[in-house]
Amino acid sequence: MIDIKILKNLYKTMYTIRTFELQCIKLYRQGEIRGYFHPYLGEEAIAAGVCAALGGDDYITSTHRGHGHCIARGADLDRMTAELLGKKTGYCRGLGGSMHIADFTGGNLGANGIVGGGIAMGVGAGLSCKTQDQKGISVIFTSDGASNNGIFMESLNLAAIWKLPVLLVIENNQYAVSTPIEDSTAESDLYKRGIGIGVDSFQVDGNDVIAVYSKSLEAVKKCRNGQGPILMEAKTYRHGGHHVNDPGLYMPKDRLEYYKSRDPLILCREYLTETAQVKQDDLERIQQEVESEMDQAIEFAAKSPELTLDEFKKMTEVY
Amino acid sequence: MPGQAAAVQTAAREIFYREALNEALRQEMRRDPSVFLMGEGIAGRGGSYKVTVGLLDEFGTKRVMDTPIAEASFTGVGIGAAITGMRPVVEILFVDFTMLIMDQLVNQAAKYHFMSGGTRSVPMVLRTQGGVGNGLAAQHSQSLEALFYHIPGLKLVMPSTPYDAKGLLAGAIRCDFPVVFIEHKMLYMNKGYVPDKEYVIELGSGDIKRPGRDVTLIAWSNMIPRSLSAAQKLAGEGIDVEVVDPRTLVPLDKKLILESVRKTERVVIVQEAPRRGGVASDIASIVQEEAFDYLDAPIQICAGRNTPIPFNLNLESISIPQEEDIVQAVKNVFVS
Repeated sequence: MIDIKILKNLYKTMYTIRTFELQCIKLYRQGEIRGYFHPYLGEEAIAAGVCAALGGDDYITSTHRGHGHCIARGADLDRMTAELLGKKTGYCRGLGGSMHIADFTGGNLGANGIVGGGIAMGVGAGLSCKTQDQKGISVIFTSDGASNNGIFMESLNLAAIWKLPVLLVIENNQYAVSTPIEDSTAESDLYKRGIGIGVDSFQVDGNDVIAVYSKSLEAVKKCRNGQGPILMEAKTYRHGGHHVNDPGLYMPKDRLEYYKSRDPLILCREYLTETAQVKQDDLERIQQEVESEMDQAIEFAAKSPELTLDEFKKMTEVY
Repeated sequence: MPGQAAAVQTAAREIFYREALNEALRQEMRRDPSVFLMGEGIAGRGGSYKVTVGLLDEFGTKRVMDTPIAEASFTGVGIGAAITGMRPVVEILFVDFTMLIMDQLVNQAAKYHFMSGGTRSVPMVLRTQGGVGNGLAAQHSQSLEALFYHIPGLKLVMPSTPYDAKGLLAGAIRCDFPVVFIEHKMLYMNKGYVPDKEYVIELGSGDIKRPGRDVTLIAWSNMIPRSLSAAQKLAGEGIDVEVVDPRTLVPLDKKLILESVRKTERVVIVQEAPRRGGVASDIASIVQEEAFDYLDAPIQICAGRNTPIPFNLNLESISIPQEEDIVQAVKNVFVS
């Protein structure tokens, strides 16, 4: 049985991601947030479960659907929201936006606008950990979509031959933008790809945060003991389209309903109240805490200034 | 300070361009334990052009790493290592093969500092080798500097002499931004004076390879020795050519170029790469914008043809500027 405190934190992380996404989507609809916005709704258990198994010296590389990873690594909602609003107080001074958030205090080396673009960089972070005797490991969040890109296999192969402390997490949400996984691969159990090149690989229910957390703990331990790399495929499903303006009409209703009934927050709440005997009031309190933190973040971001033209010019002189 | 002159004063030995590069790598690896090398066949074999010979023995497998033929990923590994405390020197065997790494280089490395709001940079050197010679045909002979020149966030270095090769490679390794360092396959066996002591040429400083009064000839990489021969010939005909080698195209030593132009009032730019969309065109544009009133004749660009490089050796040589083409281009700026 996992410690109650950890369980509550897993729930809090997921609820924070959910709240952040829903509130920011509102801001997007109001025209306050522009550009691309890829919600992590429905996939919260993966970021929360994996990152709870990590320590302060560990690195992550993230994806275009990266808000969840950033939050799960302990990012400050003020600075995240400010970044999404293009403000100077944001993590990237408003120059990166949703697809490029990086938070070095949390070892988050960055989201990425190119599908598969961050995989090799994550392997590089693993190389630093190994050759510089850093304590950390490197966790690469990637996806079913990226797994069909050449750099996925290339990078995993490099991690394997150099025996790097790398945990590669495939968030298999079963869609590459709008193309279902059945149409893009003849073997939709993606963890099997790791086996073919000598990587310890397995699959986990990506909607079950307890399962993700438990399997991550084992995988992280192996990486720290020099038994990396490890590949973990977490099967999940988006709660909507590819980005906020994609209604996802191509997603079969019954399948979507099935996954929504297995919403990671619902499953976790059930586990907490029924198995772990956490009181409903405790959960309500966590939720209120998160909601008020998010309200503050929006206020902070709205009040923050933008980078001035002079500041922008000065910064770009180096290029 | 003219590089050649400095070299003559401080050392009494001539070494190959490839040996000068090797010295720079050794110098920087001894100085900074975070510097390491990655590439195809660079460890035990010492690289196809023998630039990394002996480094495995001194620094071991952790710092001189052979890679599979997987350019995109090992370049990405370099970027990841660079943003987590190391200074990788990644070797791409031919500049032609950098086409396989463009996402990592252009979308990742070049933009990382910017996208992260200037909080973290990518101190990585991408060593590669390009240019025409020896009948290597269309996929192993390209001069692709214009592609990298175009991308904000990348530095671009193209040394023409052993002295510059050593100093600039050291400068590139110490630079906090991603540097594309393009060597030329026909220069590896050129000899020149190189100090054995440690020195660094900072990126952005050009060099006058031959002072002259009558015309400014701007060239880089393997077009430098060829232009110097042309200048020698022209001297016999009473034309005193100043040969300016920017050495690094990004950043570009505009000051040095413009000073020379204001003195000579005539400009010829020589590039091995195809004419269309080349760096020469951009330099011409800078010169006419900033020194138009000084020009006594239209700027001449002597460049490669707009063609893939042919295998046939005769056709290969007429695809890029030869000495007589450079001589003619210089004479053209004196026809009124």
